[in-house]
Amino acid sequence: MEVTIIAETTGDALHPVTAQLVGAACSMGGAPTVICPGGIGTSEASTISGVTKVISAEGECFGTFDSGAWADALSPLCEGVVMTSSSAHGREVLAQIAAIRNIPIIQDATGLENGIRVTRPIYSGKAIETSVVSPPCAITVRQNAFESPGSDGNAGISTVNNSSNIGVAVKEALAKASERLDVAEADIIISGGRGMGDPSNFSHLYEIADIVGAAVGASRAAVDTWDEIPHGMQVGQTGKTVNPSLYIAVGISGAIQHLAGMRSSKYIVAINKDADAPIFGVADYGIVSTWEDALPPLKEEFAKL
Amino acid sequence: MTIAVLLKQVPDTTARITVSGGRVDEAAVGKWSMSPYDEYALEYALQLKESGGGDLVAITCGPARASKILTDAAAVGADSLVHIVSDDSGIDSSNIQSLLASAVRRTGAEVVLCGKQAADTNAGSTGPGVASILDFTCVGMVSEVSVEGDGFVAMRTSPSGNEKVSVSKPCLFAFDKATTEMRRPNVRGIMMAKKKAVETWTPEDLGVTIDSPRVSLESHSAPAEKPPGQKFEGAESVPTVVSKLRDEANVI
Ligand SMILES: Cc1cc2nc3c(=O)[nH]c(=O)nc-3n(C[C@H](O)[C@H](O)[C@H](O)COP(=O)(O)OP(=O)(O)OC[C@H]3O[C@@H](n4cnc5c(N)ncnc54)[C@H](O)[C@@H]3O)c2cc1C
Ligand SMILES: Nc1ncnc2c1ncn2[C@@H]1O[C@H](COP(=O)(O)O)[C@@H](O)[C@H]1O
Repeated sequence: MEVTIIAETTGDALHPVTAQLVGAACSMGGAPTVICPGGIGTSEASTISGVTKVISAEGECFGTFDSGAWADALSPLCEGVVMTSSSAHGREVLAQIAAIRNIPIIQDATGLENGIRVTRPIYSGKAIETSVVSPPCAITVRQNAFESPGSDGNAGISTVNNSSNIGVAVKEALAKASERLDVAEADIIISGGRGMGDPSNFSHLYEIADIVGAAVGASRAAVDTWDEIPHGMQVGQTGKTVNPSLYIAVGISGAIQHLAGMRSSKYIVAINKDADAPIFGVADYGIVSTWEDALPPLKEEFAKL
Repeated sequence: MTIAVLLKQVPDTTARITVSGGRVDEAAVGKWSMSPYDEYALEYALQLKESGGGDLVAITCGPARASKILTDAAAVGADSLVHIVSDDSGIDSSNIQSLLASAVRRTGAEVVLCGKQAADTNAGSTGPGVASILDFTCVGMVSEVSVEGDGFVAMRTSPSGNEKVSVSKPCLFAFDKATTEMRRPNVRGIMMAKKKAVETWTPEDLGVTIDSPRVSLESHSAPAEKPPGQKFEGAESVPTVVSKLRDEANVI
C-alpha cells in the first residue's frame, strides 16, 4: 500500500512525530514516501527505517506558512494514503490536500490497523470513534500515539521544484515570550491552576520543569485570571490537547474541560489540597496536600534522580 | 462587504456523552450550544462588520434543533440567518464542506470566519476544506482579525510564536481561542432575534448531491476506563510517589 507522509519540521530539523508517522504507516503495512516541505530534514528522513524514498519539495512558497499554497504545491506529489501530524499545520494542509484531491480525511488518529481501521477521540475524548476507510484517503496522526522505528534506513532522496502563489504575508513575527518548551511538544508537563494563588508562584513550577526537562502548562482559570500566564500554556478543550508520558496537575480542580485536554496522558499526578477534587478521579498518583507543602520535596526528589 | 460565519451546534462542553448500541446517544445530550471556537469567530465577524461595514450572514448545517444557534447569533448582531437542513448525522466532512462552500458562494461573502475545530468532531477539516473549494486564502489558528485597507490583518499562533499576517479578499479565518470573549446579547437583541427569519436551504437548493460517506463509521465507544489510581495523604508522600514514578511507571 502506497503511503505519502508529509514531514513535520521544527526550525530546520525534523520533528520527532515524523518518525512516528513512519511507524504508523508501517504498522498498517504501508511503504512510505516522505516529502520534506522546503527541503528540511531530508537526510534525517532518509535514515528512518522503513522509508522507501524521500522527496525534497523545494519552492519559494515554503518560506511562509500558507496552507493553501503548500497544499497546491504538495498535492501533485501525494499518492495513496496521505499522512501528516495532527498538529495545527498538519491538519490545515492535509484538509486542503484532501479537498483538492477529492479524497476523504480522518483527523487525529490514535490507532490504525490494516484495513484501514482508524480510531480517534471525539467529543474532546469523551468518546472514541472507530471507522473504516480505503485508499486513497488522508489521515492525520496524533503525536506520541505511535512508536518511532529505528534509524537504519537509507532511502534515496529526489528533489522536486514546485511552488504556488502565496496569499498570506507575514508582517511581523512576534517571538515566543520565552524559549521554554511548548506543552504540545513536551513528554513531561507540570501545570498550575488557580490554586497556585498568584502568577509569581508559577516560578516553583518552572524550577521543577527545568530539573526534569518538562514544559509548564496551566488551566484556563489561571490563563484567564492572570495576564502573566499566556494563552499558549492553556491545556484543555479550548486550549491544547496534550499526550505526554507524565502530567502533573498542581492546584487544578479537574473540570471536565481541563480533563478533555490531558486525560490521555500516560501517567497523571495530582497535587490538590481538596481530597474530593475531581482531578483525583483521573490521577494515577494523587497527593492530597497544598502545593506550598508538596512542591519543595518534589523538587528535591527530582533533583536526586 | 458580506461576511459569513460558520457556526455549528454541538453538545455543551459540560454535557455528559453516553454511548449506547455502539453510537453516541444524541438524545441523551442535556444541553446543546454553539461550538466554543465558533463563538470567537462570531465575535470577530461582528467586529469586522462594525469597522468595515456590510452584512453578516450566519450559516449552520444540521438538524432542526441547530437553528437555535442562529437565533443566538442574531441576538448579538447577525443580519441574516441560513440553515442548511440536514438530518443525516452520518453525513461526512466532504459533504458538509461542499454544502457550506455552496452556501457561502450563494451569499456572495468574500470573507468567512469559522472555528478551528468543532467540539464534537474535533477535526479541523471544514474551514481549510471550504477555503480550498472556494479558492479563498486560508488562515488558521487566528486569535484576532481586523480590517486594513481593502484586506485584513490577523494574528495567528505558530510553533515559533505569534505572527501578524495580512491577507486580501477573498479569505477564510479559522479561529483559535481569541483575546475577546463573545459579547452577551441585550434584551432588545434577544427580542429582535426572535422575529428574525431563518432561511432554510436544502442540498438541492444549493445544487449539492450528498455522496454516500467514504468514511464508514464502525462504532463509537466509551473511552477506556483507567484503573483507579493511588491516593496519598500529605506532602510526606512525595518521595513515595516519585519512587513509584521511577520504578512502577518508568516515566522519569
Ligand atoms: C466553553 C468552556 C471551555 C473551557 N475550556 C477550558 C480549557 O481548555 N482548559 C481549562 O483548564 N478549563 C477550561 N474551562 C474552564 C473550566 O470549566 C474550569 O473553570 C477551569 O478548568 C478551572 O481551573 P482551575 O482548576 O485552575 O481552578 P479552580 O476550579 O478554581 O480550582 C482550583 C483548585 O486548586 C485547589 N487549591 C487551592 N489552593 C490550593 C493550594 N494551596 N494547594 C493545592 N491546591 C489548591 C482547589 O482545591 C481547587 O481544586 C472551560 C470552560 C468553558 C465553559
Ligand atoms: N455543520 C456545520 N455547520 C456550520 N459550520 C460548521 C459545520 N461543521 C463544521 N463547521 C465549522 O467548521 C469548524 C470546524 O469543524 P470541524 O472540521 O468539524 O472540526 C467549526 O468550528 C465550524 O465553524
